[in-house]
Amino acid sequence: MQPIMQAHAVTKVYKTGAVEVQALRGIDMSLNAGELVVLLGASGSGKSTLLNILGALDTPTSGAVQFKDHELGAMSEAQLTNFRREHVGFVFQFYNLVPALTARENVALVTEIAQNPMRPEEALERVGLGHRMHHFPAELSGGEQQRVAIARAIAKRPELLLCDEPTGALDSATGVTVLEALVEVNRDLGAATVLITHNAAIRQIAHRVIHMADGQIAREEVIANPVPPSEVSW
Amino acid sequence: MRALDRKLIRDLRRIWAQGLAIALVLACGLMVLVMADGTLRSLDQTLNAYYERQRFADVFASATRAPDDITPLIAGLEGVAQAETRIVGAAILDLPGMMEPASAKVISLPASGQPKLNLPLLRAGRLPDPLRPDEVLLMEPFALANGLMPGTGVDVTLNGQRRHLTVTGHVLSPEFVYSIGPGSIMPDDKHFGIIWINEASLAAATDLSGAFNDVTLALRREADPRKVIAALDHLLAPYGGTGAYARARQTSHMFLNSEMEELGTIAVSMPPIFLIVSAFLVNMVLGRLIRLERAQIGLLKAVGYSAREIGWHYLKLSIGIGVGGVVLGVASGWWAGHGMTQMYTEFFRFPWLIYVPGVRAIALAVVLGLATVVIGALRAVAASVGLPPATAMSPPAPPVFQRGWVDGFGRLARLRQTTMMILRSILRWPGRAAITFFGVAASVAVLVSCFFIFDTMDLLMDEMFVQSNRQDVTLVLNQNKGTVAATDAATLPGVRRVEGGFALPVRLIHGPVERLSTLQARENGTELTQLLDEGGKVITLPENGLILPERLAEKLGVTVGSQMQVALLAPPRETWTVSVSAVIRQSLGDEVHMSKPALFRLMRADAQVNQLNLSVDPQALPRLMATAKATPVIAGLIYWPDVKGQIDATINESLRIMTVIFSTLGMLIALGVVYNAARIQLSERAHELATLRVLGFSRGEVGYVLVGEILLLAVLAIPVGWGLGYVFARAINTGFSTDIISMPFDIRPRSFAIAAGLVLVTATGSAFWVRRRLDRVDLVSALKQKE
Repeated sequence: MQPIMQAHAVTKVYKTGAVEVQALRGIDMSLNAGELVVLLGASGSGKSTLLNILGALDTPTSGAVQFKDHELGAMSEAQLTNFRREHVGFVFQFYNLVPALTARENVALVTEIAQNPMRPEEALERVGLGHRMHHFPAELSGGEQQRVAIARAIAKRPELLLCDEPTGALDSATGVTVLEALVEVNRDLGAATVLITHNAAIRQIAHRVIHMADGQIAREEVIANPVPPSEVSW
Repeated sequence: MRALDRKLIRDLRRIWAQGLAIALVLACGLMVLVMADGTLRSLDQTLNAYYERQRFADVFASATRAPDDITPLIAGLEGVAQAETRIVGAAILDLPGMMEPASAKVISLPASGQPKLNLPLLRAGRLPDPLRPDEVLLMEPFALANGLMPGTGVDVTLNGQRRHLTVTGHVLSPEFVYSIGPGSIMPDDKHFGIIWINEASLAAATDLSGAFNDVTLALRREADPRKVIAALDHLLAPYGGTGAYARARQTSHMFLNSEMEELGTIAVSMPPIFLIVSAFLVNMVLGRLIRLERAQIGLLKAVGYSAREIGWHYLKLSIGIGVGGVVLGVASGWWAGHGMTQMYTEFFRFPWLIYVPGVRAIALAVVLGLATVVIGALRAVAASVGLPPATAMSPPAPPVFQRGWVDGFGRLARLRQTTMMILRSILRWPGRAAITFFGVAASVAVLVSCFFIFDTMDLLMDEMFVQSNRQDVTLVLNQNKGTVAATDAATLPGVRRVEGGFALPVRLIHGPVERLSTLQARENGTELTQLLDEGGKVITLPENGLILPERLAEKLGVTVGSQMQVALLAPPRETWTVSVSAVIRQSLGDEVHMSKPALFRLMRADAQVNQLNLSVDPQALPRLMATAKATPVIAGLIYWPDVKGQIDATINESLRIMTVIFSTLGMLIALGVVYNAARIQLSERAHELATLRVLGFSRGEVGYVLVGEILLLAVLAIPVGWGLGYVFARAINTGFSTDIISMPFDIRPRSFAIAAGLVLVTATGSAFWVRRRLDRVDLVSALKQKE
């Protein structure tokens, strides 16, 4: 398979006052099209930092990140914005929906600015929320809100789907429905998906698992036969 | 220091920019209060002291020629404390280096030297020697404007006789704190002055030996002025009395009084706008701060602080802002009051004017300022301290949005989701939107009601100098002449057109109400002077009956068709019953009008003139002026371009200063409101806006969500501001109108446009200033913050 994203010798140092925190210590990794990768590690292992750098929300202190033929470090602010707009879908632990917009409108927010989006209704139907599309976030359960966030992330037909603890705020039954939605869109749309979790059970749904510890990749693990989320429990 | 107080100081430091924006709006209101009240008190105290020291009279009257024998009778009238008779005349001065003649009022000084009433206050030089007929005192500003220092000579034409007089001193007088020449509405120190001369000398010149033509009275404390005036009129009637009047109708005093009334109006009407806006701003900002600190409040309660202690803590925060506003407001009000007082010293002729800012106003400013912020804060504080600790420590419930008309509208208009966010936010927090909306509207209104003055002044100037009075020169004759005088005047150098005028003093009587006025004879088809109707069209004179200015008609209680009495205060001294045939809005003066044929028919006399209006070739003006100075029959001359120039200069000076001050105040409201609204939006939506950035929205697109709501409200508020401004302007216009000036009313589209433009620029500037902070928001950390 063709890698669509590559990171080479990426480090990240946060400076707060006199304290320096080494969040990433030389990460080398690549991500293939259509692949579902789980980033697994304890709190503070650098998972979120890596995800943010892959999604151009943050810049590495050193090293290079490449999306297809493009070096992210060489892009201007406007180009990075466009990169996120066209190619990356994000799903966050706390959904980050706009409370003033209904489910459909939250998705439309993205489809209005993307170049080749699907219809908001289609995106919502893919995550099983076609019947709830006119509800405001406050009227939806946590799982439903997260599925709206997934619909919003995939509606632009992203090549890269980045999910930061998408089930972190959910109970296990609800979490399963969210993971099912993610696995489905990964399969159907072929977006390379990176999923952060500190929950080891979830790793079974991935094609590949990257174990992180202390800002480094501790080891990688290929899952020959991923299991459907419904068979995962935690 | 207690930990909670430390927090207070740090909180204040953290919200300093928002606090300052509120303090500035609050300061504006308090500044106007302290300034207007301080100036008013200064004027009032000065005036009272000045009047008392210089024994300003209570009643004034003129006659044609009354014998000195009746002086004891006047002094013996019930209620009269002191009576002083004198001679008052008019003179023309030929001043070196000045083409046009200056005119002056001439007042006699008693043989004893100093008068008993209306004492002139010596400012330079000495009093005239009672034995020297050629020594005179001059009104100080007139002398200074023309460089007539004590010891210099001046050529004066007095009742047709040219005299060379010597200036011995400069004085100020309580009678002429505000002195205006005939036909003007503004003081003109270069062209109009007052001369005091020995009585014998003036009596000889005016042929009034053993007689007087003017009397002033001081009344006893318990006297009834109306009774004294009636008795005095009765005594003077046989001698050509033109009607006595009380101090309230004395020109100088009347102008001062109306100026003081205006200041009083400003002190009462302006501050509330600013105070109300500040209260809402405090409510908005503190409300937000408290929502942000909800968890801390819960914690404080959990560790044992009482609701009162926590409430007091936040009230102190608002008081901190209030103290800033009070200090700024009182200090700038003090300073501005000082400046205003100085401006008045130049405008009004006081020998001294000490600025005495009222302790009362400052105390009021402190109380009002602090009350404003506390009232503004109370609701926000009460809502938060009432929560049980556990509830307070858990995050607030997310805002609930509801479907409504906006959904249908959004679909129909195919609005973008970012626009829907703006609309829903306005509908979800209507109170906050209303504060922005009305704040911006108030700002526009203050500006409109400030700029309209220029439009109104332009209209007034146009009416006065282009429409009504088109003559270049008006010659005032010292006696009535046949109409042949107009024909004679046509032969004066450079005269292109002459129109004769005739005016005589009258008393207008309707039931119990009486007013002194001047009756003007008018003709159809005149070109140089015209009467205008409301729409600015020339009036066709009714064949019979009186034309009254609106305000006078109102005071007399007459309308078109009413019958009223007109008592002539000059020969033939008859009283007629005349009907009112028209009421007009007259910008300047309170004279009444009648068609010339009707007037002379009633007088049973041939047509006469006592003033001549001339249109003059500018080239020949110097020769005309020279001739006028040497023509005995000319008692006064009004050179209209000078009058206009003087008014223009005054408007330019004082009005522009006021406009700069008030438009700054107006824009500060917009700044305070918009800056705070944008900061709160930013703080509440940082999370949401960061999400948009992550989703791929550009800075501009995200900025649109932040700034769009505020600017949408601002744009919607503008028409409301225009409407409010119109109402304010109307009220101010009415306030500016006096018995002598009836202000026309006009607001040009340009003024509306400038007001809207300035507010929009201020609002946009403030909103974008806040938007810049958006660039500094760290996406990753903003996303992690969970409200």
